[in-house]
Parts: sequence; structure tokens; C-alpha cells
Amino acid sequence: MFESVLVANRGEIAVRVIRTCQRLGVKAVAVHSEADANALHVRVADESVLLGPAPAAESYLDIGRVLEAAQVTGAEAIHPGYGFLAENAEFARRVTDAGLAWVGAAPEAIEAMGDKVAARAAMAAAGVPVAPGTEPLPDADAAAGAAARIGYPVMVKAAAGGGGIGMAAVDDEPALRAAYETARTRAERFFGSPAVFLERYLPHARHVEVQVLGLADGRVLALGERDCSVQRRHQKVAEETPSPGVTPQLREQMLAAARRAAEAVDYRGAGTVECLVRADGSGEFFFLEMNTRLQVEHPVTELVTGIDLVEEQLRVAAGDPPALDPDRLPDPRGHAIELRIYAEDPKRFLPGPGTITRWEEPSGDGIRVDAGYAAGDTVTPYYDPLLAKLCVWGPDRPAALERARAAVAGFAVEGPKCNLPFFVELLQQPEFVSGSYDTGLIERMRR
Amino acid sequence: MAEEIRAEMVANVWKIVAAKGDSVDDGDTLVILESMKMEIPVLAESSGVVAEIAVDEGDVVQEGDLIARVE
Repeated sequence: MFESVLVANRGEIAVRVIRTCQRLGVKAVAVHSEADANALHVRVADESVLLGPAPAAESYLDIGRVLEAAQVTGAEAIHPGYGFLAENAEFARRVTDAGLAWVGAAPEAIEAMGDKVAARAAMAAAGVPVAPGTEPLPDADAAAGAAARIGYPVMVKAAAGGGGIGMAAVDDEPALRAAYETARTRAERFFGSPAVFLERYLPHARHVEVQVLGLADGRVLALGERDCSVQRRHQKVAEETPSPGVTPQLREQMLAAARRAAEAVDYRGAGTVECLVRADGSGEFFFLEMNTRLQVEHPVTELVTGIDLVEEQLRVAAGDPPALDPDRLPDPRGHAIELRIYAEDPKRFLPGPGTITRWEEPSGDGIRVDAGYAAGDTVTPYYDPLLAKLCVWGPDRPAALERARAAVAGFAVEGPKCNLPFFVELLQQPEFVSGSYDTGLIERMRR
Repeated sequence: MAEEIRAEMVANVWKIVAAKGDSVDDGDTLVILESMKMEIPVLAESSGVVAEIAVDEGDVVQEGDLIARVE
């Protein structure tokens, strides 16, 4: 194992990675922007380095500054968390070129999955089902022609994209033309490439993903699924495992497909294979994309398996044997739910930064809070609005729901806007409570 | 009658869409703000003529700051 690891991130995920490092006796080095000089991840780290000004491009995304921070602190490895540089193949290369260990997927695997169009082709070749779709389309006329062939509704997507940015589902040609132009502008701005493609959209579907772990010896393990269908703006708000919409038979097929997907790119470390599952009970599912990093919602998998995914990532990167027994994977036990506590209003989900005047976390059996903030901290407009992840475990789904309701009631955040009241609503919403919901749930709740 | 449009949150001004003198309808986008990795369009709340755009691209606005006036 490494003696020290630099965590190239901020907020809750930096804190979460640092905690595992410290449990393993590994020195944890934090990096931060000027705006985060006194942030929680800096306070819990063993050492910290200032990267630069608040805008991410001048701090958390500055590859040269991050590498310099690793050099001056003598860190042996870099853990990128999620977002920022986590899926940046050039960064991964420069980390290893600098003689450091990269706690993530190989740059080749990041590239193979980063181009969504190429990834679809690779997955189809590996026998993983993909939805009907297109190559990148040069203009709105080409998009309109392709959409007519695939059939509406279609989803407009950025080829280099992720995180729901630029994505839009459209029902007809005028909407398609508008969405095509918007997607190109956003894709250029956020991903540096305007390439946009289309994929058939499933209006009644669940978003279900499989956690994979590629071991140092090349074996790929599938560690169960997560249901991430509770979304606003194509971004996740709540996740759970097991998925109430996945039968044991479908689970077996999805886990096998996820292993094939990861093996096709010779995957090492933690990754997630995202799929859409038809909500009509047909058991049909399609590959969406693979996230070549630790996923935000990884704690629900940890709660039902007892596996520390960050420890396994570090072990793979260090060339150590896994802590889990690959030949005797634990059967998932009970049910886990994650609620993303965002600095946004609970009705329209618009963000609102501010100084936290009150912060009280629930605690107790089956409750885990991964927080990036505490009372007195300021939530700035520079970064994403995730404040904390409230995760609960129960022996079954009704028990987990009950625990979630109590935990939400025991969570108090004042200062910035906060979506906690949305979860009070969600946890008594009939579709959610019954488990029959799909990705249209929040839209229906707000109609 | 003038309508004053103010910022609902701390944000950066990403893009100015409307200009002084433009005729706008209720619901037209005047300015696009950005906060916490999200674009937030600021809309006209009545029809009229833009009398003032009080911000520049790249400005940081605080909650309650004037963004535009529509007459």
C-alpha cells in the first residue's frame, strides 16, 4: 500500500476518500482552491496544498498545479474522485509519466468509454445491447433525417459528454432542431467538442447501473446494481440498491453484460456500467455509457456488500491483492438508499449558495452521511451544489424507507437553499414507495 | 410601468441575450446566469422594451442585485 495519496478533488468525495486513506494508515494530501482554503476536506486531510483561484479551470482542473502539489508533498499516488480530472485520459497519462500511481482506469479505457459513439460500437461488438442510435451528426438537417429513421422520441446527446449536460429528449422535428443547436453549444463549452449524436429515447424506463471492479490480475467482478431513476434535468437525486424493477433473472443478465463491457476495454479499478431498462416488465435493457471512475452513489453498494470500494481502488492501483475474496463475493444484504442533499430549492431545483448557519446530521444504526460541509462553511457558486449524501440501510426496502424518513427529519441545514423538503415528499410519494417509478417520476411530481 | 428584474441567487453572469432597446415578450430570456455548474435563464416577466441591462458578462451578482429593467 502507498504511504501517501493526493486526493485531487473537493467536497464530500474528497472527505470520503481521505477517511479511507487514514483508516488504512495512508497519509492523505488535500488540494484546494482559494475559495476552499478552509473547506472540510482541507480540515480533515493530513496536509494540504493551494492550487489557485476559485474557478475550477485555474485550480482543480489545472493538471500542472496538481502534479506539482503531488511532487512537493511526496505523494505516491493520485486519487481523482469523480468529476474534475477523474475521466481525463491526458491527466492519467501525466500522473504515471511523473512516476506516480493513478488510482483509476487506464487512459486507454477512459478514452474508449469517453467517446460515447465509439463506446456504443465497442459495446455492441462485445455483445452488450445498445439502443438504436447514430454517428455524430454534422448539422440540424442531418439530425432531422436520422431522427426520422430512428423514430421519435429521440435523445440528443453530446458525444464527449456526461452528467446530463446538453442532453434533451424530443418528440418532433422543431424540438429536435432546437435541441440539436443547444446541445452543440453546450457540448463545445463544457466538453470542448461540439459533436452531437442521437439515440432512441425510452420514455418509460429505469436507469439501472452495475458496479464493476477490475482487479490487478485482470479479473472483472460485478458487485450488484443501483437504481438511479429519480432524476431532475437528467441528473440523479436519489439512488437505491437492489433495484425494485430488476428481477433475479434480469440482474444476472445485466451483471454478465457489465462484466463483458468492462472486459472489452481491459478494465482495472472501480467503474460503472449504466443501462436503461424498459419499465414494461419485458426485461429489455440497453447500454448507456460506462463511467470510468468511482461513482457518486457508490455508498449504497458498500452498505449492502460491506465492501469499501475506495480501499479496493487503492489496492488495485498499488498492485496489492483485494481485501474482498473474488471467489466468494458477499451476497448483497438488505436494502440501501442514497439521497443527494443539494444546495437547491425543493420545488424548481434551482441552486442557491450561502453560508451554512445550521448543520445537524442524523446518526444511528443504518445511517451514513458523507458530507462535504459543516456549520459555518460557505457554499460558493463555483462548484456543484452537492452538500452531502444521506445514505440509509435497512434489512428490507420498507425498513430502509422508514429509516430514510426518520433520517431526513433529523437532518437540518440552514443558510443556503436546500432540497431536504423534496425528500420528505419523495419518501411518501406512492410511485416511489411502491417501487414502480421510472425516470419520469420527478417530472410527474412537478407537473 | 417599469419592471425590475433582480437576481434570485449568487451567480456569475454567463451571457447577455437581450440588449437595451429590444422589444421582449413575457418569458423571453434576457440574461443567462451560471451558478453551481448550472445555467439559469433570467426571463422577462412582462412584455415591453428593455430599458437597461445592469450587468456585464463575467460579473458576479448577489441575491437581489438588479439585472435588467423592462418598460
